[in-house]
Amino acid sequence: MLSDRDRIFTNLHGHGDVGLAGARARGDWADTAAILARGHDALVEEVKASGLRGRGGAGFPTGLKWSFMPKQEGPKPHYLLVNADESEPGTCKDRDIIRHDPHKLIEGCLLASFAMRAHAAYVYMRGEFYNEAQVFQRAIDEAYAAGLIGENACGSGWKFDLYLHRGAGAYICGEETAQIESLEGKKGMPRLKPPFPAACGLWGCPTTVNNVESIAVTPTILRRGAAWFSALGRPKNSGTKVFCISGHVNNPCTVEEEMGIPLKDLIEKHAGGVRGGWDNLLAVIPGGASTPVLPRSICETALMDFDGMREVKSALGSGAVIVMDRSTDLIEAIARISRFFKHESCGQCTPCREGTGWMMRVMDRLVAGRAEPEEIDTLEQVTRQIEGRTICALGDAAAWPVQGLIRHFRPEIEARIAAYKARSGGATQMAAE
Amino acid sequence: MAKVTVDGITVEVPDGSNVLQAAEAAGIEIPRFCYHERLSVAGNCRMCLVEIEKAPPKPFSSCSYPVADGMVVHTDTPMVRAARRGVMEFLLINHPLDCPICDQGGECDLQDQAMGYGGDASRFHEAKRARSDIDFGPLVRGVMTRCIQCTRCVRFAAEIAGVPEMGAYGRGEDTKIGTYVQKALTSELSGNLIDICPVGALTSRPYAFVARSWELNKTDSVDVLDAVGAAIRVDSRGPEVLRVLPRVNEDVNEEWLADKSRFSVDGLKRRRLDSCWVRREGRLEKATWPEAFEAIAAKLSGLAGERIGAVAGNLADAESMYALKALLASLGSANLDCRQDWAGGDVSRRDYYTFNTSIAGIEEADALLIVGANPRHEAPLINARIRKRWLRGGFPVAVVGAARDLTYPAETIGDGPEALRALLGGEGFAATLKAAKKPMIIVGQSALARTDGAAILAACWNLAAETGMLTPEWHGFNVLQTAAARVGALDLGFLPGPGGKGMAEMLGGGVDVMWLLGADEFNTAMIGASTFVVYQGSHGDRGAARADVILPGAAYTEKNGTYVNTEGRVQRGQLAVYPPGEAREDWKVLRAFSAYLEKPLPFDTLEALRGKMEAEYPTFARRDILPRFGCPDATAPAAAVEMGVRPFGEWFATYYQTDPISRASPTMAECVTAHAPVAAQAAE
Repeated sequence: MLSDRDRIFTNLHGHGDVGLAGARARGDWADTAAILARGHDALVEEVKASGLRGRGGAGFPTGLKWSFMPKQEGPKPHYLLVNADESEPGTCKDRDIIRHDPHKLIEGCLLASFAMRAHAAYVYMRGEFYNEAQVFQRAIDEAYAAGLIGENACGSGWKFDLYLHRGAGAYICGEETAQIESLEGKKGMPRLKPPFPAACGLWGCPTTVNNVESIAVTPTILRRGAAWFSALGRPKNSGTKVFCISGHVNNPCTVEEEMGIPLKDLIEKHAGGVRGGWDNLLAVIPGGASTPVLPRSICETALMDFDGMREVKSALGSGAVIVMDRSTDLIEAIARISRFFKHESCGQCTPCREGTGWMMRVMDRLVAGRAEPEEIDTLEQVTRQIEGRTICALGDAAAWPVQGLIRHFRPEIEARIAAYKARSGGATQMAAE
Repeated sequence: MAKVTVDGITVEVPDGSNVLQAAEAAGIEIPRFCYHERLSVAGNCRMCLVEIEKAPPKPFSSCSYPVADGMVVHTDTPMVRAARRGVMEFLLINHPLDCPICDQGGECDLQDQAMGYGGDASRFHEAKRARSDIDFGPLVRGVMTRCIQCTRCVRFAAEIAGVPEMGAYGRGEDTKIGTYVQKALTSELSGNLIDICPVGALTSRPYAFVARSWELNKTDSVDVLDAVGAAIRVDSRGPEVLRVLPRVNEDVNEEWLADKSRFSVDGLKRRRLDSCWVRREGRLEKATWPEAFEAIAAKLSGLAGERIGAVAGNLADAESMYALKALLASLGSANLDCRQDWAGGDVSRRDYYTFNTSIAGIEEADALLIVGANPRHEAPLINARIRKRWLRGGFPVAVVGAARDLTYPAETIGDGPEALRALLGGEGFAATLKAAKKPMIIVGQSALARTDGAAILAACWNLAAETGMLTPEWHGFNVLQTAAARVGALDLGFLPGPGGKGMAEMLGGGVDVMWLLGADEFNTAMIGASTFVVYQGSHGDRGAARADVILPGAAYTEKNGTYVNTEGRVQRGQLAVYPPGEAREDWKVLRAFSAYLEKPLPFDTLEALRGKMEAEYPTFARRDILPRFGCPDATAPAAAVEMGVRPFGEWFATYYQTDPISRASPTMAECVTAHAPVAAQAAE
């Protein structure tokens, strides 16, 4: 269990004052100028040393990402783009940070931008977060009024502007290059990489895109030191992480915990346990809709960090734990996820555009059992044909839930098919025939 | 340069190339749909996936992956094969597979690559997606169910054609390609969408269900419907020309073709002159060749040479003009003209009437002044080249003439000769031209074909000289011709000889016999009432209506002819089909008539004619290649008149109908209707 002393988001649940006074009372904006005085590269090195890995889902080392930015300010301005387009089903961590601890994010924006020699940062916020945008804009205004950001941020002499931009509700705009396109006013479609945003990003300028949580934890890391942060969690999976536990638990919650906490602890200790007891657990989606589902047997021992989840062929993702008890029709649940990805595919790459619709249609038939047993293999192959063949990771994200279902719950699917055959006298109706 | 090894073959490619180009350099085929070397890279079809050593173990799209020195690429590994098969399967699950009724069948990238890289059976048991068809206007047929969303068309419209009227809207599998609002594309290059579409989604509307590609005879030729001289391929079946497609000629048309050149082919079958006609008692009656020759010979007998004249039309080949000139000479006449439009100006030097910078040379220029020309209508392919140069940046363009959308921004600095005077005074854009390293000027026919044309030509030349366009290394002075025959005719000296009459003097009874070689672009009512008119040509157009004797000739697809484009590039067209009915190749008609007069021209074969022509006019001996040259002698063209003040007008009333062939084409007529101003429909 994470001790309260090591908690970064001390107002995650919104019990305290959201405004600047409350934030200052919690330690935000304390001596920010001194941190800035350490210099650009020192900040990058500190974050590198902390072992912070991106909290958006991919887990790329944040300090390393920052170090890709040009070391000198060239003719093109540098930008920080903060990804607040939190659209992964089940995830609501960034939302709680923005609405309850906005000054952590604003301070993080200043420090990260300073570290990367950016004078402007954009926060691209999910369109549905209307109230959160109001809160955040108020916080920005407060920070400007207090001179914390603006012409002379915190009296450091560094000019820094922060802009809030609201999206229009497209999941794909959470992908970094699609987000850049969208911010530029274009259709949110991922760009080809290379060139990477650090070389050619927003309006062709060096840009770093970071998740809200990654940025919001940096002030505390810089204040308390890399050693403190890296001492938490396991090697290469250091620090704390905000988890969101939803579904069939007694007490759905958002909670900050140490990386590497056992999944079972997370559910039992923070979320009040599975509805009807641990034995009533059917499966858990550990990191948002795109991560492969885990059966109860694996949930017993799985550790919630990047490597722990990879060992069980799933992913930490955004840390959104979706708990499903035995009342769940898991096939239907995954079919719903397939429908989501089919709806959110941007339509650019062939495998994702065509494959998500195919998967959804087969999944819909599997819900009823209206299929042949060999179609499970076909479906599995289709997911493999999408995975890793697309410009962005949405293809992978669409393929993994289906792969997870087939990996762990194939007997259930086969039973569903057999039951349908028994009911319908052995005939399987194919949609196209 | 970067050394790249593709499947064991090491090649050196320029830095900044992509892996696909490196593979091509190594001679290895990589399947692709969205990639097109003249368009921006989209990387969305995922067909060109390859494996790259020392990169993450997943396939990469070769079209978008830049090469690096020492890179090792594999294009034939199990992973790559599986990736291609997978993408192919995805492309086909929602493709209707209606190849038997698809016009693309037989020349379809999707068919070919499915055979090469796809699987053999479908595993897709769901209902296929369907799309409603889109009306792209009279030229392009959109069967959007077949679309594979490669976005080549979107990129072509936005980048090459410069009309960002197409887009992909919707997302995921609901992505649709369309024109946002239902309308015909406002581009003169829209036919190229058909060529770049890798499937049968965009096909030719006039050619729909007409033929299969493997039934066609393919003849390489050159286009004559404007003066660009684009390389074309004439596809014919039996006696019919069914379609015209572009060929690659990097120096002229790259791989594009203008709509008029592509879609006027149905005009080759309509309003054709397929037998001789002789006017008897005011009415044209069908006649045999001897009867027609007899009628002309009777009129010519005893007539003085100075009472006979000849006018060459805009589509005439050099051989027939050479033969006609020789025929007139044998009759003692020097009354020749090829300028039906009274395009004035000194033509004593070749660079006074050609496009000296050359079309490819536009890409080197760094400032452009357009005087009295609308390149978008008069030479769409040259306009595309200008746009290509403009896209690279640092290319200011100014126009003297009517303000119009050229697909790139151009500053209008005046509408007539007044603006030229100001420029000659060093004002405004003249400074920009002077500051440029390789400035160029394009002078169009609406500036030259007027009474003060000679003065305007001289003024433009003087401006060119003053602004540094005429140096021994760089020739920035360009005349944009609009008639395919014009430069050839001027090269042949198809102009009034010593004491001869020009176009203006021949009209109004200046001659008693007037021989029109496909000359239709002037007001025939101005021919004197007593003048006996011989019309030799392919189409029953204005000239034929006035004729006293009609001699049926061959259209450009029906003869072996030499044409000189506006650059001065000598190119040869080839016979694809035979002329209809009694019609014959024009030089043969002239040769036969000379024999009838018992004054036989000194050649019996086309080769003999060409031999003589090339001996007399050596420019015709250097075909296809056009050496670049500077301007060592900046002496201005002579001008006996003063510049007036009348503004420059629009040269073509409509882009789609400018010559007998396009006027006979129902497709071109449809285009005129489709692109008519909206006001015309207001009453409905």
